[in-house]
Amino acid sequence: MTDWSLLWQIAADYLGISLLAVGAGVTTLPEMHRNAVERHAWMSDAQFAELFALSQAAPGPTTTMFSAIIGWHVAGPVGALVAVLGFLGPSCLLTYVTNHLWTRFRDSPWRERIQAGLVPVTVGLMFAAAWLVGRGAAHTYGAYVATAVACILMLTTKINPLWLVAAGALAGLMGLL
Amino acid sequence: MNDTGTAPPDSLAEVFWAFLKIGISGFGSTVVHARRMMVEEWRWLSAAEFDDIWSVCQALPGPNVVNWALCVGARFRGAAGAATAVLGIIGAPILIVMLLGLLHSLYGNRPEVHALLRGVSPVAAGLILSTAVKMAMGPRLRSWMAIFPVLSFCAVVVFKLSLGMILAVLLPLSVLAAWFRSRQGRQEKAA
Repeated sequence: MTDWSLLWQIAADYLGISLLAVGAGVTTLPEMHRNAVERHAWMSDAQFAELFALSQAAPGPTTTMFSAIIGWHVAGPVGALVAVLGFLGPSCLLTYVTNHLWTRFRDSPWRERIQAGLVPVTVGLMFAAAWLVGRGAAHTYGAYVATAVACILMLTTKINPLWLVAAGALAGLMGLL
Repeated sequence: MNDTGTAPPDSLAEVFWAFLKIGISGFGSTVVHARRMMVEEWRWLSAAEFDDIWSVCQALPGPNVVNWALCVGARFRGAAGAATAVLGIIGAPILIVMLLGLLHSLYGNRPEVHALLRGVSPVAAGLILSTAVKMAMGPRLRSWMAIFPVLSFCAVVVFKLSLGMILAVLLPLSVLAAWFRSRQGRQEKAA
């Protein structure tokens, strides 16, 4: 049985987020959390963090993959497809429509100005995203250490993040976190 | 091959397979693979063309790599090319994420799956944190512009505002502040 109101809710959420996905990285994650955990109570903080961890195993844009996983959790495979279509539809349409305006926009001083204003706001959203996922992760000393070690290794070495993810999975299976 | 030394794709099928290949090799940094294949191996685009398209796609909403595929597809084959390129670049990741969803709905309740994901989630938080720290140390935040990340963080964590609201209020202020600052910098240099 298909729950149409649930599918509609997923579509509305992600259609609404699509054009707000500005700046590089997981800037939309706080809004995904706000919808899934706080507004609709589809999942707990801990489930949100676990599902985000699961979505990391797929290649491809992080938030797109995560939207599919949230959609699946709520309404199965159809929910996943609805979430992805909603998330990518409006931004793809906008890109297609503006794509011939490129050269004019590229040389406009406003592109640099918008970028200069976008980055500071984006940085705060990225810290908020880390905060929300960290809050859902286990509240043990081991988990805090894992977060700190992953962060420090990413900043100081050129390690492939997949190794860190694998190490976290192993530590989890061994009951260390 | 044409006068710029590039050779555009001959068919939609070629577009699809090219982007599928880029999408699959996209663990980590898709853009690095995309550039190597498009510019160096297949010569669809010159390096300058690649950079132009990429820089504009970064400024548009949506995942950069999807926008970029769309623009390249449209450039060679119009609307059909755009749709084909998007399908190509996102097709394989979507299949994989659907498989993950299926596995999770079958085995998600088992204690060892919980244990595994509980191990990954603090690491995932650490990965996001490292990106945030890297961005925060960039040149754009070395001034009172640093107030904006504090405001957007608090807007999410303390006040639980929607992203639409946060961007509508903070983005114009932040763009204006950055503009004001760059003007001030120029005037100081002139004086």
